Amino acid sequence: MSEPVLTVRGLNVDYGTGDDAVHALRDIDLTLHRGEVLGLAGESGSGKSTLAYAVTRLLSPPGVITGGEVHYHRRDGGALDLLALSAAGLRAFRWQELSIVFQGAMNSLNPVHTVHSQLTDVLRAHRPGMKRSERTARARELLALVGISADRLSAYPHQLSGGMRQRVMIAMALALEPEIVIMDEPTTALDVVMQRQILSQLVRLREELGFSVVFITHDISLLIEFSDRIAIMYGGRIVEEARAAAIYRDPHHPYSDGLLHSFPALHGARRELTGIPGSPPHLSAMPAGCAFHPRCGKALDACAGHVPVLAAPDGDASRTVACWLHRPAPATAAPRP
Amino acid sequence: MKYLLQRLAFYLVTAWAAITINFLIPRMMPGDPVQALLARFQGQLDTSAVDSLTALFGLDRNQSLWQQYTDYWSHLLDGDLGLSFTFFPTPVSEVIAQSLPWTLALVGLTTLISFVLGTGIGVFTGWRRGSWLDGLLPVTTFISAIPYFWLGLIAIALFAVKWPLFPESGGYDNSLVPAFDWPFISSALYHGVLPGLTIVLSAVAGWILGMRNMMVTVSSEDYVMVAQAKGLSERRVMFGYAARNAVLPNISGFALSIGFIVGGTLLVEMVFSYPGIGLQLFQAVGAKDYPLMQGVFLIITLSVLAANLLADVIYMALDPRTRREA
Repeated sequence: MSEPVLTVRGLNVDYGTGDDAVHALRDIDLTLHRGEVLGLAGESGSGKSTLAYAVTRLLSPPGVITGGEVHYHRRDGGALDLLALSAAGLRAFRWQELSIVFQGAMNSLNPVHTVHSQLTDVLRAHRPGMKRSERTARARELLALVGISADRLSAYPHQLSGGMRQRVMIAMALALEPEIVIMDEPTTALDVVMQRQILSQLVRLREELGFSVVFITHDISLLIEFSDRIAIMYGGRIVEEARAAAIYRDPHHPYSDGLLHSFPALHGARRELTGIPGSPPHLSAMPAGCAFHPRCGKALDACAGHVPVLAAPDGDASRTVACWLHRPAPATAAPRP
Repeated sequence: MKYLLQRLAFYLVTAWAAITINFLIPRMMPGDPVQALLARFQGQLDTSAVDSLTALFGLDRNQSLWQQYTDYWSHLLDGDLGLSFTFFPTPVSEVIAQSLPWTLALVGLTTLISFVLGTGIGVFTGWRRGSWLDGLLPVTTFISAIPYFWLGLIAIALFAVKWPLFPESGGYDNSLVPAFDWPFISSALYHGVLPGLTIVLSAVAGWILGMRNMMVTVSSEDYVMVAQAKGLSERRVMFGYAARNAVLPNISGFALSIGFIVGGTLLVEMVFSYPGIGLQLFQAVGAKDYPLMQGVFLIITLSVLAANLLADVIYMALDPRTRREA
């Protein structure tokens, strides 16, 4: 496996402070390797987007990072502690090294500025030496990259279709050729045909430019097709992480299994679709022990009292899972605090 | 451009309707300006004078209403608004021309100042909400809730009577002859401080509140988050993205308030006996000076329409979504 480009260790995020605080992310460990596509899947409210915002320090109040580390690894081997960056350092880091394509394709563009102005202001901020004509040339190049004709540069966002807007956002994310692109449900607001078009464009661009992608979606069937590795989130924790094929063929965590069986497959034999009973827990009223145990068909006694740690299952070091089914369950005596 | 022409046509029609109503109302009201004037001069006018007055006011009973209407228009286009009763025989246009600049200067400047000040403060309070700047809000809102005439009277009582820092009334020192020289202009500015300050105080809260709320709303828009993620400077995000979108409703509010500069300052000018058009209107009402009232109303109507047109143009320049493709 190639070297890591982004490592997250023990990240905790709360919404609010004091006794009313809601724990949105707990003890997240995640590694993004250079050039890979890491899928992040889970139901609404599982903390996928919070993770993306926390890593880029874009959490708006009342979101607070209460613990953990996030490191960015440069190509020369130096590491950058993202949570300790100064405001100026953070501004320089953003978009240059890590860019984001946000959820709302419709509202991500400023309605009162032209596409040109929004594509070039990031160049103006990060490449002060660039001439005006060079910036315009780069903007044209970027639009060409996502298959939009250069005459749309002078267009305002409301003159573009939803798919075009999202492609402009992708072009914008690539403006500085960052190492990492976080895609937060980039195609959720689009129809299936447009989704496919944009995703295949993304795959091509990634092969050409070689950036790493964190792809956030609730559509796990999409991830299995497009990502190298998949991390499944539930209730603010990562419950399973493995190569896409491994998740598809042999999901270890019952929740991953449930997610997989709630989407129809396009190829292969027909199979029965089953949903996951119940609904995701509210973050302020998390069940004790494994957050998934009230909905889990295979729950053991230990599941209600002990939080399973994310670790490699017995005899397989290539993946991790947080489930008591895959390691010796503790005695059901005194639950840990 | 086509849209602009459409708006222009719409405003021309509105102006025509307003002027026509302005023509009809005095003619439908009971009472007769000539009788009113006769009463003022207590019978010192003879019949030939009455006849010529009737002709002068355009109230000749022998003329058809249509004839009067066309005459009214031709006079209007010549800039002839008739003669004022109160300042007889000064033409109304002259009375208005004398008082309009005072109102425009005082209220125009203070409206501009309170808009710029209030919007500026609103941008910062909205962007850094929770900072000490939020403490300004209850204070300014409290001041703006005070009825204007009371605020003005308190200001006079404190700063003109108890501590005579500023003159209590008038637009300039009466010993000076109006002219474009420094003693007169400085005197006018000096007289304008107290009324101007009270106008700004009472108006600024509205702008702050409106702008702050819009800033808070716009700050949570996705494109502001994107701008931050792009690593743009805070100034660029605050002004280019958040404030640039948040200011739009305030701009149209401002354009509309420009329209009320001419008419909306009756109270200020009464309290401070300021020689503007509001005071003129107040006197005209008191003296049943129909031609003057008619003239003032006409000016107010036209300025409101002009301000509306201005609002359309500004909005079109600032918000690309209101532009229609040619």
